[in-house]
Amino acid sequence: MRVIFYIISKEFRQIFRNKGMLPIIFVLPLLQLVILSNAATYEIKNIAFGYVDHDRTTASRGLVERFSASPYFEVLFAFPNAAQGNTAMLQGEVDVLLEIPDGFEKELTMRRQGSLGVGINAIDGAAAGVESVYINQIVQAYNKDLAVEVRVPPGTARIENIPLFWYNQTLNYKTFMVPGILVLLVTMITLFLSGMNIVREKEIGTLEQINVTPIRKIHFIIGKLLPFWIIGMGLLTIGLILARLIFNVPMLGSLLLLYGYTSIYLLVILGMGLFISNFTDTQQQAMFIAWFFVVIFILMSGLFTPIESMPEWARVLTELNPVKYFVEIMRMVMLKGSDFSDVLLPMLKTFLYAVLMNVMAVWSYRKTT
Amino acid sequence: MKNENAITVSELTKTFGTFTAVNAISFEVKKGEIFGFLGANGAGKTTAMKMLIGILKPSSGQATVAGFDVHTESEAIKRNIGYMSQKFALYDDLTVRENITFFGGIYGLSRKRIQEKSKQLIEDLGLGAVGKSLVGSLPLGWKQKLAFSVAMLHDPQIVFLDEPTGGVDPITRRQFWEMIYKAAHAGTTLFVTTHYMDEAEYCNRVSIMVNGKIEALDTPKNLKQHFEAATMNDVFLKLARG
Repeated sequence: MRVIFYIISKEFRQIFRNKGMLPIIFVLPLLQLVILSNAATYEIKNIAFGYVDHDRTTASRGLVERFSASPYFEVLFAFPNAAQGNTAMLQGEVDVLLEIPDGFEKELTMRRQGSLGVGINAIDGAAAGVESVYINQIVQAYNKDLAVEVRVPPGTARIENIPLFWYNQTLNYKTFMVPGILVLLVTMITLFLSGMNIVREKEIGTLEQINVTPIRKIHFIIGKLLPFWIIGMGLLTIGLILARLIFNVPMLGSLLLLYGYTSIYLLVILGMGLFISNFTDTQQQAMFIAWFFVVIFILMSGLFTPIESMPEWARVLTELNPVKYFVEIMRMVMLKGSDFSDVLLPMLKTFLYAVLMNVMAVWSYRKTT
Repeated sequence: MKNENAITVSELTKTFGTFTAVNAISFEVKKGEIFGFLGANGAGKTTAMKMLIGILKPSSGQATVAGFDVHTESEAIKRNIGYMSQKFALYDDLTVRENITFFGGIYGLSRKRIQEKSKQLIEDLGLGAVGKSLVGSLPLGWKQKLAFSVAMLHDPQIVFLDEPTGGVDPITRRQFWEMIYKAAHAGTTLFVTTHYMDEAEYCNRVSIMVNGKIEALDTPKNLKQHFEAATMNDVFLKLARG
C-alpha cells in the first residue's frame, strides 16, 4: 500500500512543478465558471417590440403600458396597420408584434373575454419560446380573461413553450446555471487530466520502466486516480465558494451530502479517464476520445436542454450519462435542499458506475503485452 | 541447473502477424556472467529482451529468468530483475533524488533503505552537486548512469541493459563499464545489448543475433578464433552480412 503513497507524491510533484499546467487546472475553469454563468442565459432582455392598436381605448393603451414597463420589452414602434408591422418584422426591426383588435375594450368589459394577436420572430426557436412566455405572463397579469393567439407566420418554425420557463420564473437563471456549469468544469478537467496521464507516460517511455517493476495493477491505478480525485474535490470547493460569493447561489441542502456524492462521482470520471488512457497509444487519441465523451455527456446532461424534451431513445441513453446524475443532484441539493433519501437512487447508480469504470481501468492496464 | 543459470531460454519465439521477430532462440546465461547480446538494428534483440523481462508475451517456447517462468510468473521475475531501456525512461521533471525515491518506493524498499541508497548512489555517481536538479537538465551520460543505478536500486539478481551506452562519450562509456564490472563482481548477472564491438570484448560471453536467430554464441576469444577474425567487429560483420 505504501507504493500508492509514492505514486501520489510523484504525481503531485509533477503537477505542481509544471508551471504551464497549474493555471490550466485551477484558473481557467474558474474563469469559465464566471464567464459562462454570466453568458449562458435563457433570459432575454430588450426585446424589440412593436404594436398595432386598432382599438385605441384605455384598455388597449393600458396593455401597451404594461409592455413598456417591463424590463424585457422595449416598445419601439406603434404601427398604423398590420401590414407595416409585418414589414418591420421581416426587416428585423421588431421581434414581437402585438395586434390589438378593434372592439378589444368592449369585448373585455361586456363579455369578459378578449383576444389578441401576437407575432413572434421565431428564427431562434428557443428565444421565441421564452418571448412567448413573457408575453403570456404580462397579458395574464393585466387581465386573466385575455387569451393570446400566437400567429405563426407561414414558413417559420412552430413555436413551442419550453419548460425552462419554470426555472425562469424566479427570474434568476444564474442560480440554476452555476451549479450545472460547475459540474461541467469539474468533469472536464478531471477527465482530461486522467485521460492524458497514463498515455503520456506511454509516450515518454516511463510506463515501460514501471511495467518492469513488480507493482500491482490496482496500486498503480489507485495511485494514478487519487491525485486527480483530490484536485477534483479542490475544484469543487473553489467553485462552490465562488458560487456563493459572486453569484449568491443558495446552499439549501447538506454540504456533506454534496461532497459525498462528488467523491463517488469523481471515481466514475477518473476511472473512465484512466480507461481511455490505457486504451490509447498517444495523447492525441486520448484527447479526442475524451472530448467526444465530454461533448455528449454535457449536451445530454440536461444542463442546456431538458432531458424531458429528448426523444425516448435519447432519454434512455442519458441513464448512462454520469454528468446527468451530477447535474441533477447538484441542483437538487443546492437549490431544493434534497436530503440523502432523495438522492439515494442516483447515488447508488453512480456508485455502481464507479465500480464498473475502475474495474475496467485496472483490467485495461496491461503490464505485459 | 537452476543454481547455475540465471537465464534459460529454449526455442523462444515471437511473431507479429506474419513477421517473426524472434525465431526459436535458445541459450543460457550463467549466474554472475556479463552476457553480451549483439545484433544489428532490427535483429530482434529488444523484442527478445522484452520477453525475458516480462513485458511482452512470447508466442511460443520456454524461458526461465531467475528461476521463474516467463509465461506464468512474470511478476515474480520483475521482483528479481532490473531493466534499463534503450530510451531514457526516468522522469525528466523530477530531480535525481525524487527519481530514486519514486522507483525505490515502487520496488517496495523501506523509507530508510531508500534514504541510504539515494545517498550512496549520488555519492557513487558524483551527482552530489546536482542531486536537486531536474533530471531533464542533466547531460545524457549522467542520465544513463543514473538510469543504470536506478535499475540496480533493489539489488536485483539480473540486470538487463538495452544499449546502455548509445550516444554516450568514450569517458562515460568507460565509467559505465566500470559500473557493470563492479556489479558483476558483486554477483549480479548482466545481460547487455550493444552496438559497440569494443564493448563486446568486455563481455564474458557473447551471442550474435541475425534476423531473429542466434547465429553465434561463445566467448569473444573463441568467436574470433572460429571466424578467423582479428576483432569482434570483423566477427560481427561476417555474420551480419550473412
